[in-house]
Amino acid sequence: MPSSAKDLRVGLFVTCLVDLMRPCIGFATLKLLRAAGCAVVVPANQTCCGQPGYNSGDVPAAKALALKFLQEFDGCDYIVAPSGSCAGMIRVHYAALFKDDPAFTDNYRRLTEHVYELTDFLVNIVKLEDMPGDFSGTLTYHDSCSGLRELNVQAQPRALLARMPGVTLIEMREPATCCGFGGTFSIKFGDISARMADKKCQHIVETGAVGIVAGDLGCLLNIEGRLRRRGDWQTKVWHIAEVLAAGDDLCK
Amino acid sequence: MQVSSMHFKRQASANLGNEKLQHALEKLQTKFVDGRAAAIAELPNFEELRSAAVEIRDRTLHRLDAYLVRFEQAASARGAVVHWAESAADVNRLVVEIARQHGVRKAIKSKSMVTEECALNDYLTNNGVEVLETDLGEYILQLAQEPPSHIVAPVVHKSKEDIADLFEKKHGRVRTTQIAALCREAREVLRPGFLAADLGISGANFIVAETGSVLIVTNEGNGRLTTTLPRVHIAITGIEKVVPTLEDATTLLRLLPRSATGQSITNYVSILTGVKGPNESDGPEHFHIILLDNGRSRLLGSELQAMLRCIRCGACMNHCPVYQNIGGHAYGWVYPGPMGSVLTPNFVGLENALDLPNASTFCGECAVVCPVKIPLPDLMRHLRRRQFERRLRSWPERVALRSWSWLAQRPRLYAIGTRIIARVLRIFAGGKNNLRFIPGLSAWTKDRNMPAPAGRTFRDLYRSRHRQ
Ligand code: SF4
Repeated sequence: MPSSAKDLRVGLFVTCLVDLMRPCIGFATLKLLRAAGCAVVVPANQTCCGQPGYNSGDVPAAKALALKFLQEFDGCDYIVAPSGSCAGMIRVHYAALFKDDPAFTDNYRRLTEHVYELTDFLVNIVKLEDMPGDFSGTLTYHDSCSGLRELNVQAQPRALLARMPGVTLIEMREPATCCGFGGTFSIKFGDISARMADKKCQHIVETGAVGIVAGDLGCLLNIEGRLRRRGDWQTKVWHIAEVLAAGDDLCK
Repeated sequence: MQVSSMHFKRQASANLGNEKLQHALEKLQTKFVDGRAAAIAELPNFEELRSAAVEIRDRTLHRLDAYLVRFEQAASARGAVVHWAESAADVNRLVVEIARQHGVRKAIKSKSMVTEECALNDYLTNNGVEVLETDLGEYILQLAQEPPSHIVAPVVHKSKEDIADLFEKKHGRVRTTQIAALCREAREVLRPGFLAADLGISGANFIVAETGSVLIVTNEGNGRLTTTLPRVHIAITGIEKVVPTLEDATTLLRLLPRSATGQSITNYVSILTGVKGPNESDGPEHFHIILLDNGRSRLLGSELQAMLRCIRCGACMNHCPVYQNIGGHAYGWVYPGPMGSVLTPNFVGLENALDLPNASTFCGECAVVCPVKIPLPDLMRHLRRRQFERRLRSWPERVALRSWSWLAQRPRLYAIGTRIIARVLRIFAGGKNNLRFIPGLSAWTKDRNMPAPAGRTFRDLYRSRHRQ
């Protein structure tokens, strides 16, 4: 394994949601990784990690996409995603998905062990001290479920925000309670999901923060969607990468 | 209990709109979630205890047959009679037989979820045995003719005002909303019932193989009266409740009340061993223990075996954001929340509880709090897999999933497809950056907007930037 961040070959897994909905987050991630000195590769054919199939019981579909993912990122020292949910899928669940399947080679197993959620990677692997972003304002942070409970992402995003002089973090009530997204759950049980989102919005609004940040776009779409439907067009909704790398260059 | 798990969605929606229920459910956070957190914090070695508990449960399940036989021997040696029941119907039949054998007309009960599995009360009533629930919560439900909505706090769905109304109507006394006064009233009404009963029916939190004992934890003392006052005591529980030794039971006891109600110990812990001895002043003359399978042995050796570790503390439902919002009745059977979403399909059939394993965001909090570390989301996921493999999911869902993975395996087509979706939705959204309606996604857009995509995919933007 290379010794400094400079020599690291880091694969960026953009994730399907970011690719489709908010490419800005992908560029923010790229900017952060480059600021840390990583040599970033972005495999052109990447699509989806297979989580929808995995969580819906379609094992063959999940496996096909997982294998595709592993082939595309093979050779990377690390793989980083701006999503605890996708990173957790690969790092925690691929091994279970491929239990007793020889297609999941030792090489692939090692590869999955090097998959990181963005803030976890920035804090614990490349130890990024100076954020490239320029941002000031009050924020509140929502702990997205998979990042928190599967990858232990809790202190890292807060530590990074604390390294930005202009940011003041105000904790909301129950920051670790699920926002109700849950992938297909949000469509299968729309009204339960929206109620959960509504409670989350209430907790966010109570803080009086300018914006809510989180590490997963799924949660952000759910939260923003509910905020706007409540008539709140003020509260900003950002991915943490968009804050850490904030700047005019991001989404041009 | 009638199974209505197939109507989960409808029931959940109704409960979301039930303001009284919503108000009652707020108790979960303050009483149970905060209570548990405080009780856990006072333990220096909570994680070690959890691991020890898992070890005990797994060791027992591994040789369940042997421990059950040992239990039967030890219990018989102390004068108890052990009965084996394969199904709920067997339990009901056995209880009525025992009641007839001892000439019983009136029975009292302390809390037992296993007897809810069997719908025992109705069966007894229909067979000429009068039954009175003596746990306050269960008594309230018996008056209201409702099933429990929680395995530890069966009336969590009711407010004290609801109970005051109910008592006024059924007891014909002056209405009060003072909790202490309500309790006193219940005690006064129940007392003659205790004295008149010939039979006491209880559940068991654990049964101990080494001593043949039945262990019960309660907070009201009604469990003691039920199990010692009448001539006959029948304890009914599931076969998975066995633990090898008293020492093992005490390890689990350090976790159970803390996880359940945030108490370091319940007010009463009763260890009931054998019948009344010649020189003893209390205890039943006849002690029957019914051990129920009812599909539990099916889980042994399966991917779902870990579910049998469950000690019925209720922490998973207290902490479940879905349960917190819809309450227990929505789940449509005896066991609600995450543990119920795994157990119910096993008891009532996968096809009769299709929504339950899907009614989770997989937020994972249930597995975090479960004292015996049951990986509940993994087990629900496994049930989703069984549903998919047995083609029990609807065709639009299957088609959607298959199309997605088909497309995602073809990067070129995928790039074109996502490019089109991003553009079209962008145009649809207009200036607000938000969509109020998306065809096919009305379940999302009914109560939420959908933030609009930026218009171009990352893939396209990245390519054009790098060409420059
Ligand atoms: S599954 Fe775990 S948390 Fe839920 S009731 Fe059983 S032991 Fe308690």
